[in-house]
Amino acid sequence: MLLIRCPYCAVERPEVEFAYAGEAHIARPQDPSALSDEQWKDHLFIRSNPRGTHFERWRHIHGCGRFFNAVRDTVSDKFAMTYKAGLPRPSEAEIGKARS
Amino acid sequence: MSTHRISAKGRVDHGKPVRFTFNGQRFEGRKGDTLASALLANGVHLIGRSFKYHRPRGILSSGSEEPNALVGVSRGVGRSEPNTRATVLEVFEGLSTVSQNHWPSLKRDVGAINDAFYMLFSAGFYYKTFMWPKSFWNKVYEPFIRGAAGLGKSPSLPDPDTYASRYAHCDVLVVGSGPAGLAAALEAGRSGAKVILVDEQAELGGSLLSEPDTGIDGQPAWQWLKAASDELAALKNVTVLTRTTAMGYYHENFLGLCQRLTDHLDTLPEGAPRERMWRVRAKQVVLAQGSIEKPLVFDGNDRPGVMLAGAARTYLNRYGVKVGNRAVVVTSHDSAWLAAIDLAEVGVKVAAIVDIRSSVSDHLVRLARAHGIEVLTGWTATGTRGRLRVSAVRVNPVGTNGKAGRARVIACDTVLMCGGWTPSVHLFSHTKGKLDWDEERQMFLPGAPTEETRCAGAGNGTFGLAGALREGAAAGAEAAADAGFKAKASDYRVEGDFECTGISVRELPTDRNPSSAKAFVDFQNDVTAKDIRLAVREGFLSIEHIKRYTTTGMATDQGKTSNINGLAIASDAVKRPAPAVGLTTFRPPYTPTTFGAFAGYNRGSLFEVTRKTAIDGWAEENGAVFEPVSLWRRAWYFPRPGETMHQAVARECRATRQSLGMFDASTLGKIEIVGPDAAEFMNRMYTNAWSKLAPGRLRYGLLLGEDGFIRDDGVIGRLSADRFHVTTTSGGAARVLAMMEDYLQTEWPDLKVWLTSTTEQWAVIALNGPNARKLIEPFVEGIDLSDAALPHMSVAEGRICGVPTRLFRVSFTGELGFEINVPSRYGRAVWETLYEAGRQYDITPYGTETMHVLRAEKGYIVVGQDTDGTLTPDDAGLGWAIGKAKPDFVGKRSLTRSDMLSPGRKQLVGLLTRDPATVLEEGAQIVDDPSQALPMKMIGHVTSSYWSEALGRSIALAVIEGGRARQGQTIHVPMPGKAHAAEITGTVFLDPENKRLNA
Repeated sequence: MLLIRCPYCAVERPEVEFAYAGEAHIARPQDPSALSDEQWKDHLFIRSNPRGTHFERWRHIHGCGRFFNAVRDTVSDKFAMTYKAGLPRPSEAEIGKARS
Repeated sequence: MSTHRISAKGRVDHGKPVRFTFNGQRFEGRKGDTLASALLANGVHLIGRSFKYHRPRGILSSGSEEPNALVGVSRGVGRSEPNTRATVLEVFEGLSTVSQNHWPSLKRDVGAINDAFYMLFSAGFYYKTFMWPKSFWNKVYEPFIRGAAGLGKSPSLPDPDTYASRYAHCDVLVVGSGPAGLAAALEAGRSGAKVILVDEQAELGGSLLSEPDTGIDGQPAWQWLKAASDELAALKNVTVLTRTTAMGYYHENFLGLCQRLTDHLDTLPEGAPRERMWRVRAKQVVLAQGSIEKPLVFDGNDRPGVMLAGAARTYLNRYGVKVGNRAVVVTSHDSAWLAAIDLAEVGVKVAAIVDIRSSVSDHLVRLARAHGIEVLTGWTATGTRGRLRVSAVRVNPVGTNGKAGRARVIACDTVLMCGGWTPSVHLFSHTKGKLDWDEERQMFLPGAPTEETRCAGAGNGTFGLAGALREGAAAGAEAAADAGFKAKASDYRVEGDFECTGISVRELPTDRNPSSAKAFVDFQNDVTAKDIRLAVREGFLSIEHIKRYTTTGMATDQGKTSNINGLAIASDAVKRPAPAVGLTTFRPPYTPTTFGAFAGYNRGSLFEVTRKTAIDGWAEENGAVFEPVSLWRRAWYFPRPGETMHQAVARECRATRQSLGMFDASTLGKIEIVGPDAAEFMNRMYTNAWSKLAPGRLRYGLLLGEDGFIRDDGVIGRLSADRFHVTTTSGGAARVLAMMEDYLQTEWPDLKVWLTSTTEQWAVIALNGPNARKLIEPFVEGIDLSDAALPHMSVAEGRICGVPTRLFRVSFTGELGFEINVPSRYGRAVWETLYEAGRQYDITPYGTETMHVLRAEKGYIVVGQDTDGTLTPDDAGLGWAIGKAKPDFVGKRSLTRSDMLSPGRKQLVGLLTRDPATVLEEGAQIVDDPSQALPMKMIGHVTSSYWSEALGRSIALAVIEGGRARQGQTIHVPMPGKAHAAEITGTVFLDPENKRLNA
């Protein structure tokens, strides 16, 4: 069972307190009607599904209830870092620093 | 009595006899015996029949790795367990055990015919043999195979035992209490760190229990062990768990420890749990799992009486049991020589030591000869004899060319084999830790860890007592230091430790045709060396494929004794080095673990939460039959004495349409949406337009996913400009709130809106029927109930029965209806008051079944029943619920994707069967032509289907391709027996003008 740090509560808690919520940094378009079918399909369904570093959303559902973002390695399953929703995607340097 | 007991030896209590039975026969053991040691003490080696060939099998090992000696255990009603390893089962007074997998008896078994047809049952036998004819698989082959194969019999009664669970945290968790684990636990414990030491056996000591003839710091090994155990017991920061298996090692140093609490006791303490599952999060872990002895692979290596040499040594030194009177040792490793000498010292005739190596340490050879043992180095074993017990072993010299020479037969009642030792890397593998291949010693060793973990001792490839103590102490001290404590590794002085070496071999060389040899690799699944080579010849090159094709390593022992032998043979056959062929992945649990231990307290009524409404108790007292709806239990119907469900539902339907029905709707999901931007938030979430909805009015709300499909619905009340009372489906409440929170927190954090779940704050009493208004009028204060002041789809706040209410004028039945929301704590009191007053109108409580019938008569959908995640609003006939002028809402963009507009989409329609008495099955498929060839073209399915008491006939809702344009046409619904014709209709069966609703 993984340990996850909630960036709002600033505590590390076991995985069972959290719910996964899909890939991060996929903002809903301001005006979906302006998108072509192709663009809308990409927004709806196409995900990066990487082997390795993955930016993803989690929710501290049995805690503060907040959604936040996380960097997790999809091979080892391990979290490198978590950060508040709305913050920019961390750089590779920041992720590397968090891992070490 | 006990022909093979040596009272001067062992740690069992020779003064405490324990009586038990095996296959009905009475035996005596000693307190401290396992079933295996107790049977061996009585000269019994034959324990069971093998899985596939029904070959007689004995005891191979002395530990949890045992593949052969599996028995059925029973102790009273419901307490039976199959496939228990005799080598770990502690005997107690009255223990009753049986052998498995034979008929009619262990000694005479009809299934052993399989052994004679050995050539037929080779690798992939099932896949090849039963391919044709295809139809025979279900009816003939599978039942036959299921009957013939398998091991023990599953218990058929509910388990009367209870199981406990516990969470724990510690600084250092040490797995294994052999010398390495003890040294680690001592260092960590002395540092003050919180330590848990866990061992699967009944007492601490590991290999020290089997090898007492060494000295540690000037003390005999067992004296040191006692001192170490006492010191650990005295340390308050150390928890010692024996009879506890570290069964799984999960992410971030989270381990499952299964502790067996009562299985070894003569009498079961009342109410005591049988097992306890510990879920431990450790800062640091030390794995000191030790090693497992490898069998040698030669013809007849599975005969009862053939066992691992180390096991024989354990039975002698730990249990005071000699495993035979005349033994031959077959080995490729020094350790078996030590076993032979231990046995010779208590008077066992060791006829010969057959070592495949041509050169062995002079010390061992001298020692053996001094004990009168014939030494045959550079020899091989090529066969055994005996039916139910080995009677002789066939041995041959191996020439310099590697070929076996002329055979010699040596009579014996025991063959002790040793092919070297395999470090136990199981738990390390659970963590996906990398394994490094040691080519010289032919073993996988723990490599770079992925967790905060250290391996020590034989499990790390460090064999010998001195090395184990040194490495264990270092690991314990380092682990404690990494957990924040000051620790220093002690030095140990060891005497009498002989550092054993050996070589790894594949199948032993033979002068016979290897393809007729029954040289077993995996004893539990009956896989021979020949099977593995055959699999490779047939093209299976990866160990993962070879494993699945031959089933090697797939039995309940996960190949603890067989994996490395299997890999070595596969690697030779594939002609690639072992690491390139790969080791199969070890997975939890380390040893078979009961379902009870995993379930713990979560069984029966504690298996899942049962949510009950404030009115649930009244329903129970009034004879309701309940059904589960998501986690709620809801009154399904209220049968009167002698009524069937059909009769009760028909009566409830009639009463509601004719006078007054009463329904507990408290499970409706409720979300309070409040804030200056509440209407804007509603506009973005729901399809409908909300800006112009006046306070005091209700609107049916439809919620889509961003993909355009219906997710949820519910009636929503606007209480004021900035406050909405949202209802959701009973099962969808949490999902809808989570979805709303997601959009609010992450897409529109600028909106000033607050969301609060109020599902459990409000009890909801639905009153439906022509007399609904008349009933509540006398109880309501501050609300004008007239149709003009409170028309259909409106809400008002006031009081009812003296308590605050949000009174909804709304109907899910098509009748004049009210949903009375009162704070939950008043729910039952208000219900009872209204029920008593309602007697003048023959008020009738009804359940979810009647609710479903009444709503279906009006064509009101139930999301999740009439929709399935692929229906758009238009598909469901709810196009009118879309606020066309709104620029955007969740799911809007998807509604114009090309496929969403295509003409052949399934649409919700009504169905009237040609025979009005036929009630279609929900979920039944719909076809145009019931006489077409199979497979038929299915054009839709029935979503809801009921007997309608109001219409005096059956009704149904269905989704059908292009269904709305096909009204009046006939379709067919194939069901068991016959296909039923039905006409496609609209979805509203009753009162399409809504006269009753607006009364």
